[in-house]
Amino acid sequence: MEDKILEPQIKNFSDFWRFFKQELKPKGKIFTTFNVISLPIMLIGYVLIILRLAFGLGYPITNLSQEFPWGLWIGFDVVTGVAFAGGAYSLCFIVYILRAKKYYPILRATVLNGFLAYVFYAGAIVLDIGRWWNIYNPMVGNYFGVNAVMFLVAWHFFLYMLAELVEFSPAIAEWLGLRKLRKVLGALTIGAVVFGITLSTLHQSGLGALMMMAKNKIHPLWYTEFIPVMYFISSIFAGLSMVIFEGSISHKVFAWQLDEEKHKSYPDIVFSLAKICAGVMFGYLFLKAILLVHERAVSYLSSPMGYWYLIEIIGFVLIPASMFVYGIKQKELTFVKYAAFLTMIGIIINRLNYTFIAYNWNVPFELKYWPTIIELNITASIILTEVWAFRWMVNRMPVLRSAPAWAKALDKGH
Amino acid sequence: MNRRAFLKTLGTAVISSSLIKVKDLKAEEHKTEFYGILVDTTRCIGCRRCEKACAEANGLPIPDISEDKNKEILKNIRNTSPTQYTVVNKYETEKGTVYVPKRCMHCNQPGCAAACLVKAMRKRETGHVTWDLNCIGCRLCMISCPFDIPKFEYDKAIPRIQKCNLCYDRFKKGLVPACVEVCPTQALTFGTRRDILMEAKRRISNNPDKYISHIYGEYEAGGTSHIYISAVPFEKIGFKTNIGLEPYPKYSTGFLYAVPFIFVLWPLAMLGFRKATRKDTEE
Repeated sequence: MEDKILEPQIKNFSDFWRFFKQELKPKGKIFTTFNVISLPIMLIGYVLIILRLAFGLGYPITNLSQEFPWGLWIGFDVVTGVAFAGGAYSLCFIVYILRAKKYYPILRATVLNGFLAYVFYAGAIVLDIGRWWNIYNPMVGNYFGVNAVMFLVAWHFFLYMLAELVEFSPAIAEWLGLRKLRKVLGALTIGAVVFGITLSTLHQSGLGALMMMAKNKIHPLWYTEFIPVMYFISSIFAGLSMVIFEGSISHKVFAWQLDEEKHKSYPDIVFSLAKICAGVMFGYLFLKAILLVHERAVSYLSSPMGYWYLIEIIGFVLIPASMFVYGIKQKELTFVKYAAFLTMIGIIINRLNYTFIAYNWNVPFELKYWPTIIELNITASIILTEVWAFRWMVNRMPVLRSAPAWAKALDKGH
Repeated sequence: MNRRAFLKTLGTAVISSSLIKVKDLKAEEHKTEFYGILVDTTRCIGCRRCEKACAEANGLPIPDISEDKNKEILKNIRNTSPTQYTVVNKYETEKGTVYVPKRCMHCNQPGCAAACLVKAMRKRETGHVTWDLNCIGCRLCMISCPFDIPKFEYDKAIPRIQKCNLCYDRFKKGLVPACVEVCPTQALTFGTRRDILMEAKRRISNNPDKYISHIYGEYEAGGTSHIYISAVPFEKIGFKTNIGLEPYPKYSTGFLYAVPFIFVLWPLAMLGFRKATRKDTEE
């Protein structure tokens, strides 16, 4: 299939438009199992999104309440989604700042995934905010709440999306065959990377800082003044686990796009990422232990919430971290992949704990929050749309496959 | 290229760190005189006239406050809601029945206002904590309020955050809050925070047997403009005891203070790393 990719000759806008229209057409089989399952979910999701925007957030659309202002959409789509997107800044740090070139083959896919995660998952915030038509207010409104954590997070999301677009843009220029533009965009990468990592540090931790004023609502096992630090640290292994997980799928689905060299180097990359994950996770566990003592929360461990805390920490941090170590030692790729999957579940549990499980943990059972089918369906349709967008781009742009020779020459000559 | 990137990043870092000013919240506290309400729970008779007056003043559904209805309604402990800025609750204590009106505490340094990214929730110079239409509906104010006061209209397509605003519009016209005006037993006293605190202390010291020696809101959450005195310990009449004495915005200042440091240090450190890891053959 590789020979299908022809470089377009784009000289003006109508050339671009003709090429773009042609690229919009699906490539490959249409009636695959994935398409047949995902398309109905997505279409129903879009209708439900319109209903939500028209009728508001109340039941039956969501189960949000005065006790639980934040539910699945913020807790999973935005907060967890952004943690999973942490692979992009972590990998950019390794490749561009520490110059570990061996990770280069997975860099573009990771950056693209990060970028799309911000567009779709952080974009899902539009659905959750009650007065969504005011969304531009933090950017161009009359009042800037410059002292508010949320203000920083909103701006950082916006700027980081731009930074990731700049980081990925050389692939778009290569797709369109625009050599001059590719040269300019390639030169911007380092600036965008440095800026992007700084922004990521701040908004990954900022998402945790949002919960700081919920001091008397979050269970003492989870509330600490170091929530922002813990969010930042966990975003590193959350993001890299996502990279391993996503890679294990896309290396099967898009296998034809990868040359032999890339196939050969892949296991080594995964094992190295697993090493980073394991290292950061043991550090994270160590910090968790210190915080447990520091916050004088040890006595809470022998209570239902305490057991839940131990499930999160042992079952979804300690065990996957040990599995990473075992997998590296035994050279078992499958083990590492399962470890990455468990780590991701642990991150979901952790982030949801802060938004609605350990948050207001002591309200009566009948007031507890559960996502509705509609909330779940909309979340699923957002994830699937992101996957479709990712697939569309990977099938057209040099994301997994190698960049064209002229682009490589540009980077070398630089 | 490297130098250009370095200068670019440095410039961005300097500009952005100067944009992010972290205000000294403490310095602001004493500049203006806040107004507030002193609630004397020993005087409240549970007539719910304040609830009705509040609803009338704020265009909310008017509650039925007939004696029969009151008996039935006061059986349950209620919370404020999108349609009720204030509610009266009844508690049986060792000193008899105590009625407690509940509404926004109008914190001196409100968590809700500190959380708001568009300053829709604001602490006015006069002490009123008010909400405005430029709100984006993120509901972080609800999460950041230790007293669970801001309420969101989930059932509306154009929702608002609903809460007591200490009758800010009436205040501008020179009127006292509707609830204070209508109270038949002077259980509610409106005045500057300094005056109502003095009045509270005077009542407690004049009647040490009647009141407990605790003004709820004097120090809670860094002090509130809405304060209470009582004959029984506050935890027995539905008050939260896990509020703490720190002003709530203070809990997020640790993060906010770190922001300018990271903005300056991170890019510099990263450019340093990048330079240090360069091989001689490269670039």
